[in-house]
Amino acid sequence: MPRVFINNKQLSVADNCNLTQLIQITGYQNQRIAVAINGEFITKTQYTQTQLSEDDAIDIVKPIGGG
Amino acid sequence: MSHIAANTDTLKLYDEEFSSRFLLGTALYRSPLQMSESIQASGTQFITLSLRQQNPEQNDGEAFWQLIKDTGCKLLPNTAGCKSAKEAINLAEMSRELFDTPWVKLEVIGDDYNLQPDPFELVIAATELIKRGFKVLPYCTDDLVLCLRLLDAGCEALMPWGAPIGTGRGLMNKYQLKTLRERIDRPLIIDAGLGSPSQAAAALEMGFDGVLLNTAVAKADDPVLMARAFSLAIEAGRSGYLAGLMLQRQTASPSTPVLGQPFWHQ
Repeated sequence: MPRVFINNKQLSVADNCNLTQLIQITGYQNQRIAVAINGEFITKTQYTQTQLSEDDAIDIVKPIGGG
Repeated sequence: MSHIAANTDTLKLYDEEFSSRFLLGTALYRSPLQMSESIQASGTQFITLSLRQQNPEQNDGEAFWQLIKDTGCKLLPNTAGCKSAKEAINLAEMSRELFDTPWVKLEVIGDDYNLQPDPFELVIAATELIKRGFKVLPYCTDDLVLCLRLLDAGCEALMPWGAPIGTGRGLMNKYQLKTLRERIDRPLIIDAGLGSPSQAAAALEMGFDGVLLNTAVAKADDPVLMARAFSLAIEAGRSGYLAGLMLQRQTASPSTPVLGQPFWHQ
C-alpha cells in the first residue's frame, strides 16, 4: 500500500490507486479543486490515468481571497 | 466633452477594456459581506484571488466562489507565495483550469522579508506562460531593465510595485517610476504598497494607468468607505493627468493680474 501525502498529511492508499479514486476516498469529489502531484499540475482529464506512487506529494487547492 | 465624461477613457489590458482603473484584492476583509460591499463600492471590474490547500471539510472555498461570482467582476488569479518559475507556472495552470481564465497576476517572490519579486525567475515564468497563451500581468519591481525584459517576453502590461506588499508606504521611488513611465509605452499598473487614496491619485497623475491594491482597503476602519475613497482618488488622478499638470516653477508667479494694482504708483 503506497504512502502518499495530501496537503502534507500522510495517507496510505490501495495499490494501483488513481487520482480519481483518491479524490473520492478523501471527500473532494464534486468540489471546486485543482491538483498537482510533486509540484506538477495535473489536468482533470488526466485524473483517472494518473496512478499514485510511494511518497507522492499531492496538492489539492481551492479558491481563496488574494491580493 | 472630456474623455472621462464621454466614457472613452478606458484601461486597455491585452485585448480587453475596462472602464475602471482600480484592481482590487479579495483578502484580509473582516467578513465575506464586507468584501462584497467593498468590491461594489470600489467600482472595480477586475479582482484578484488565489488558490490554497484546503481540507475537503472546509467549505469556505465554495462559499467564497459564490460571492466572487456574484460580483460579476473579471477574475485575476495570482501566484502569490511562489518562489520559483516552476511553482508559479504550475499554480497558474491550476488557476486557469479552476477559474477558467487566461489571466494571471504573476508573482515570484525572491525575498521573504520584503516580498520583493525575483526578477530572474519572473522573466522565466513570464516567458513560458506567454507561450502557453496566458495573459500575464507580472508583479515586478521598478527596475527599468527588468521591465524591458518582461516586455521582451511578451507581456503587454506590467505591474511595478509602489512599495513592498502590505507596507502602505506609497510611491517609494518616484525617480524610477517616472523613468518607467517615460520609457514604456504600455499599460503600467502600480501594484502593492499603496496606503492612502492620495498615493493612488499621485500614481495616476504621474501617468500610470491604474492601481492594484488590497490591504489599504481591507485593513481600513471602514473598508467600504475606503474603497470608495480610492475609487474617487483614482478618477481624480486620471483626470489630472489627462488635463495636463502645470509646470512647477522655482519662483512665485501671481495669479491675480498685476496690472491695475491699487496703491501702486510709478
